[in-house]
Amino acid sequence: MSNSPRPVRNVAAAVATSLLAALAGCMGDAPQSTLHKNSDLADMTWGVYMLVTWITLAVGVVVFALLAYVVFRFRDRGEEGIPEQVHGNTRLEIAWTLVPLALVVAMAIPTVRTIFAAAAPAPEGAVKIKAVGKQWWWEFEYPELGVTTANEVHIPAGVPVAFEIVSADVIHSLWLPQFGGKRDAVPGRTNHLTFTARDTGNFVGQCAEYCGDSHALMKLRLVVQEEADFQRWVQEQKAPAQGDLVASGKPGPKAFLEGGCIACHQVRGNPIAAGRIGPDLTHVASRGTIGSGILDNDAESMRRWLRDPEGVKPGSLMKLPHKLSEQEVETLTQYLLELK
Amino acid sequence: MSATPLTAHPAHAPPAAAPSGIWDWITTVDHKKIGLMYGVTAYGFFLLGGIEALVIRAQLVKPQSELVSAQFFNALFTMHATTMVFLAVMPLSAAFFNYIVPLQIGARDVAFPRLNAFSYWLFLLGGLLINLSFLLGFPPDGGWFAYASLSERMYSHSPAMDYWVVGLLVLGTASLAAGVNFIVTILNMRAPGMTMMRMPVFVWMTLVVQFLVVLSFPIITVGLIELLLDRTVGTNFFLPLHGGDPLLWQHLFWLFGHPEVYILILPAMGMVSEVLPTFSRKPLFGAPFVVFSGILIGFLGFGVWSHHMFTAGLGPVADAAFSATTMLIGVPTGVKIFNWIATMWGGRLRFTTAMLFSVGFIALFTIGGLSGIMHASPPIDLHQQDSYFVVAHIHYVLFGGAIMGLFSGIYYWFPKVTGRLLDEGLGKVHFTLQFVALNIAFFPMHFLGVDGMPRRVFTYDEADGWHLWNLVSTVGAWMIPIGLLVFMYNVWWSARRGPRAGDDPWDGASLEWAISSPPPVHNFDAIPNVPSDRPLWDQKYGDATLGLDRRDPHIHLPPNSYRPLIAAAGVTTVFGAFLIRGHDIYRHLLDAPGSTIQSIPFSSLFLATVATGVIVLLYGLYTWFFEPVE
Ligand code: HEC
Ligand SMILES: [Cu+2]
Ligand SMILES: [Cu+2]
Repeated sequence: MSNSPRPVRNVAAAVATSLLAALAGCMGDAPQSTLHKNSDLADMTWGVYMLVTWITLAVGVVVFALLAYVVFRFRDRGEEGIPEQVHGNTRLEIAWTLVPLALVVAMAIPTVRTIFAAAAPAPEGAVKIKAVGKQWWWEFEYPELGVTTANEVHIPAGVPVAFEIVSADVIHSLWLPQFGGKRDAVPGRTNHLTFTARDTGNFVGQCAEYCGDSHALMKLRLVVQEEADFQRWVQEQKAPAQGDLVASGKPGPKAFLEGGCIACHQVRGNPIAAGRIGPDLTHVASRGTIGSGILDNDAESMRRWLRDPEGVKPGSLMKLPHKLSEQEVETLTQYLLELK
Repeated sequence: MSATPLTAHPAHAPPAAAPSGIWDWITTVDHKKIGLMYGVTAYGFFLLGGIEALVIRAQLVKPQSELVSAQFFNALFTMHATTMVFLAVMPLSAAFFNYIVPLQIGARDVAFPRLNAFSYWLFLLGGLLINLSFLLGFPPDGGWFAYASLSERMYSHSPAMDYWVVGLLVLGTASLAAGVNFIVTILNMRAPGMTMMRMPVFVWMTLVVQFLVVLSFPIITVGLIELLLDRTVGTNFFLPLHGGDPLLWQHLFWLFGHPEVYILILPAMGMVSEVLPTFSRKPLFGAPFVVFSGILIGFLGFGVWSHHMFTAGLGPVADAAFSATTMLIGVPTGVKIFNWIATMWGGRLRFTTAMLFSVGFIALFTIGGLSGIMHASPPIDLHQQDSYFVVAHIHYVLFGGAIMGLFSGIYYWFPKVTGRLLDEGLGKVHFTLQFVALNIAFFPMHFLGVDGMPRRVFTYDEADGWHLWNLVSTVGAWMIPIGLLVFMYNVWWSARRGPRAGDDPWDGASLEWAISSPPPVHNFDAIPNVPSDRPLWDQKYGDATLGLDRRDPHIHLPPNSYRPLIAAAGVTTVFGAFLIRGHDIYRHLLDAPGSTIQSIPFSSLFLATVATGVIVLLYGLYTWFFEPVE
């Protein structure tokens, strides 16, 4: 590639880009598209992704052209006798063994390079994030920053982040399409995903490994922020809930206790709300979604969720000790939306 | 067409007390009848798996659809794949091994006819057992590769996955028995003169497949038994809390699972390698190349399994190594495609329906092969793994490849089996409908995968942007049955009214076309001499003679036997007992959710069922071994 004269390369690049645009046109403007890239890892992958795509497409075109030619050219037109009985041609056959072999080598070399480059250990100063896959939501812990949150992970732009991916139950897969693909969360091991995000914004991802009933509803959000915004977010998340939000006797904390929520959920600042089975709710209202990215975080969704978690998410492990009364639902909704 | 002199002899007189009707089918050891039974049963399962697929596609036709529940959807995709792989494509191939291989090698039956019947019955019973789960309300829902720890009791309490494990153990036993049988048959029962390099390519591919079966099924059997013990006895092979490893299951499964891919596709490649030369009126171009690449694919097939685990975190060295072997396996596959095209080059192509399906196979399999090369590269696979791109890939390989090849085989050999030709007009309608429909169904899945849609999701949101291509795909999927209805009508009509085929309707080259259609019970009046790799062709167009115009003075055929069915019932009962254990544990866990599996006693029903199964099996085997064979 690198030796070909410039004009050729430019034309090739132009053709490639327009074909790619045409191809992308076949695909909707999907937020999880693998064709958008927003990290160094995604950039690194992009070269191989495109190289292999074009090689395979080219081979496909050649094979289809040959097939079409043969099918039209050699169809029986009622000639007499039998065609020449050719048994083979060793030279030809060696040729069409070597050509694919060469193409394989051409694809394997950048592949292997990228594999090793992507597996490099996280650089000093990377933001460490532990991602824990659980049926059917994600817990994110920033061990060095003292932050724990769920389903919405914030990272700074331009700073390397190092995910440590683990599972609390079955195998899940953390898939952030625009940041360089997916890595499995396997019980009993730790997998790594390291990248530096480029543009700020909100991005979506999804669990990619089938993990039981609500696998389809195990989404997540990734928020890329400017460094300063990120630091502000960290400070907000670190702060425990205070005042009316933890004071016993107030309707919110009381309903949270009586509804049995404390068994599974943590609201830091409130010593009796220390459950670890479900997401940390200390700042649940600061998140854009609930139920791992499937419901907007507003009063209506909150009511829906509290009335019937299993109706929203089949098999959900939020098993309530008793069905909440409408009164309780209302109190809890108001309460949760104040946990900013 | 009038009968040729070869078959002017009345068919060999059957033994005096030959059974008739249904009893004959139950006790038959004739490879041709067993082949037909495999074919019909597998086709029934193919329809069942197809219906499951149609419901899956109906659910996904629009965002947030509520046609079926999440749990049922998960069961549907689990059973769709399990059914298509183990109950449809494998046994459909087995139908052809059974019917065609002995004819192509000039044999009167397989090496072990009763073992053959035993395989069939185990296949049928295993298939029924696994589907019984639907009737009892516990369809397996752990995915067709049943990844631990989701498939463990801790996360799948109900007996659903017990059905899956037990069913697969029974089916695996069937495949192993058949594998041994066909290896011995092909190695030992070839007619004089048929050296290995004179064997038809279909026989070669069958041989490779049987070696793959015999080497790969023990691996999954080990995994299945470990999973069964984890689930029913409380061992911890795949549970990390107690020192097990869920990745161990993945290694065992894919070390079987990748060769399994070739178990599914090589038979179709063999069929295509028969059909293309016949209708090009030329020999297969570079037959030895095709054979050796088949063998190479078989070998390499055992060295690529971890390409299913690029996201599992095996480390860069393993990823690089398995990536390289996987890309490498594309080379012999590519060689075959070029050899097939070269076979047609310079030929006189007759586009019969069989030929159309073979050409369709080449086109569609090429697409599936090339997308496979893409995810052989781990950086790309990190995008495509577990996305709809992979769903597109496997359907191009298995539907576009295996199923198209199998239909090619059906149209090709139907006249040999029934003595009548399928209607070509209807056949072409079937081909066109199927070819168009499957592309509409499966091509958009590439786009969905690129757009980030994960596989195995029972729903998606409007905001995901996947609805258009899901809608298109569903329309295509629902068109597939139209072609199949045409096909089934064609079979039903042609089997009774179709034009007589005669012995050699396609001007074939291999031995099966030298005998009557349908073949006599004993296949060959005289065991032929095989002078070349295209014996019949060379007899017709050269000066070779097969020596079929004689009649062997003594033709020995084994008598019917019901013992294989007894033995198969015994095996199924022993494995089936573990379903009782599964139900017992489930009931206990419902009563006392915290209890451990070890603390749950074995019920007497379970023990009695195991004992009954063992006794039935021993009785079946004992009487089988001492059964008079004259
Ligand atoms: C048995 C444990 C359990 C109990 C009791 C429980 N929850 Fe949950 N909760 C969970 C789990 C698990 C999730 C994550 C569900 C998912 O997304 O799949 C969850 C999720 C939530 C969420 C969404 C959080 C997010 O960011 O997505 C809210 C809000 C919530 N619970 C509130 C409550 C309230 C209020 C109560 C008391 C009435 C309660 N929960 C009781 C386990 C529990
Ligand atoms: Cu999942
Ligand atoms: Cu594979």
